[in-house]
Amino acid sequence: MSEALLNVQGVTLQYKTTERVVTATHQVSFGVQKSDRFVLLGPSGCGKSSLLKAVGGYLPTTEGEITLKGRAVTGPGPDRMMVFQEFDQLLPWKTVAQNVVFPLLATGKLGRAEAQQKARHYIDKVGLSRFADSYPHTLSGGMKQRVAIARGMAMEPEILLMDEPFAALDALTRRSMQDELLRLWDDTKFTVLFVTHSINEAIRIGTRILLLSPHPGQVRAEMNSTTDLSRQAALEDQIHGLLFGEGHH
Amino acid sequence: MNEINANPRPDRFYEVAAFTGTNAVERPIPAIERLWNRGWLRKLLILVVLAGIWELYGQWSDNSLLFPSFSDTMAAFWENIANGKLPARALASVQVLLLGYALGTLLATVLSVLAITTRIGNDFLETLTSMFNPLPAIALLPLALLWFGLGNGSLIFVLVHSVLWVVALNMHAGFLGVSQTLRMVGRNYGLGSLSYVVKILVPAAFPSILTGLKVGWAFAWRTLIAAELVFGVSSGKGGLGWFIFENKNQLEIPSVFAGLLSVILIGLAMENLVFRTIERRTVRKWGMQH
Repeated sequence: MSEALLNVQGVTLQYKTTERVVTATHQVSFGVQKSDRFVLLGPSGCGKSSLLKAVGGYLPTTEGEITLKGRAVTGPGPDRMMVFQEFDQLLPWKTVAQNVVFPLLATGKLGRAEAQQKARHYIDKVGLSRFADSYPHTLSGGMKQRVAIARGMAMEPEILLMDEPFAALDALTRRSMQDELLRLWDDTKFTVLFVTHSINEAIRIGTRILLLSPHPGQVRAEMNSTTDLSRQAALEDQIHGLLFGEGHH
Repeated sequence: MNEINANPRPDRFYEVAAFTGTNAVERPIPAIERLWNRGWLRKLLILVVLAGIWELYGQWSDNSLLFPSFSDTMAAFWENIANGKLPARALASVQVLLLGYALGTLLATVLSVLAITTRIGNDFLETLTSMFNPLPAIALLPLALLWFGLGNGSLIFVLVHSVLWVVALNMHAGFLGVSQTLRMVGRNYGLGSLSYVVKILVPAAFPSILTGLKVGWAFAWRTLIAAELVFGVSSGKGGLGWFIFENKNQLEIPSVFAGLLSVILIGLAMENLVFRTIERRTVRKWGMQH
């Protein structure tokens, strides 16, 4: 555990509305190691998105600590690139290529020529070379998500944070995007923290799965996924049982 | 239970050949229809029809003192352009206008950026706009005359007032309307607050900002002409408002109409050439407006 890349230690997250304080997660701990495909899985209300936002630096912790490579997370930063669920996460006034180049330049990570080369490389990887000069509004939902993934990967962050990136896609596109993400991972073995409410997606995408129970989010289990197709159905049943009570084995 | 279908159907597979039907996937639209799809042509047609009605009514009423016809107005218009009066007046108006407009927009930008970055700035802008936005610029003219005297200073003061609040209001509304996702994307890049505003908020709020600029332009133009009507009197080179006032006093009504026509034409040119071009190159190209 000590050599984990990302360490989440006893993290409690609370939202303040004008009338009450809502606890999203209660003392959640886990560690993500390099090249993990770590999945946060749970029903709505388990605070998985809140946890991801806290790792992203958007949400302060009420209790506990989040460290990335030993440094405490205090705010958003380009070492934790985020891919959102919403299609409007691309800057509509920039073309596909410009969207990928922009963070590389804005953070001063690369010079213009190198940034453009890197952007081209990753746009090619997600199969959108033909659309490099298109504006986002001309793309389909799946293509927009691919650009967002290319943008995140081009920054080569310590960890890529994905907040249900395929949830708004149709089932067919969703399936092919999952395969594509795995293919991309095979290439570069990037570390990813992935949030989903789909058990099936968690098993397909993840190497390690953190199971959260709702209201407030608490760790129910942390388990390895499997690529063995014959074992996946059993694992799915087991997770379902853990989340929704027994009597399902 | 599963035996409902007595005639089981086999699976069938088809080869999909390249589409070569009589109706091709794409075909050109007829020339007339393409012409009719041009916005400027339809608008030009409307203008021609309106001018025709105007001419007919002018001829019929036959009273060029009260209502000169279109042709009388055009004659006066050309005459005043030829003798250089109208262009000089229009130039004087546009110069003051641009100055006041630029100043007002600049102030509006500063106020709305402060409002989006600090809470006290937000309170400040909200209070000020609710106080001053409903106040007609012309109502400030007596004060302006007292403070800045007869001349461009007073004009610019009322112009800034007429532009500032409406532009600031729209800019601020635009900033507030930027989606949470885009804000988080911007913050993800670790941009400083100024480059966050310039590189994320301003383009993301551009449709609203553009609306503010358009409304601000119209307000400024109105205010200017009205203010010139009131006190163009003493300053040697007045603007279009003063041109209208002067000609009314001399009962040169076709010239009054020519002056009004110039006000309209400059407004139309600004809307259709400048703002339309900006729109086409920005918000439409980006798919933020259709």
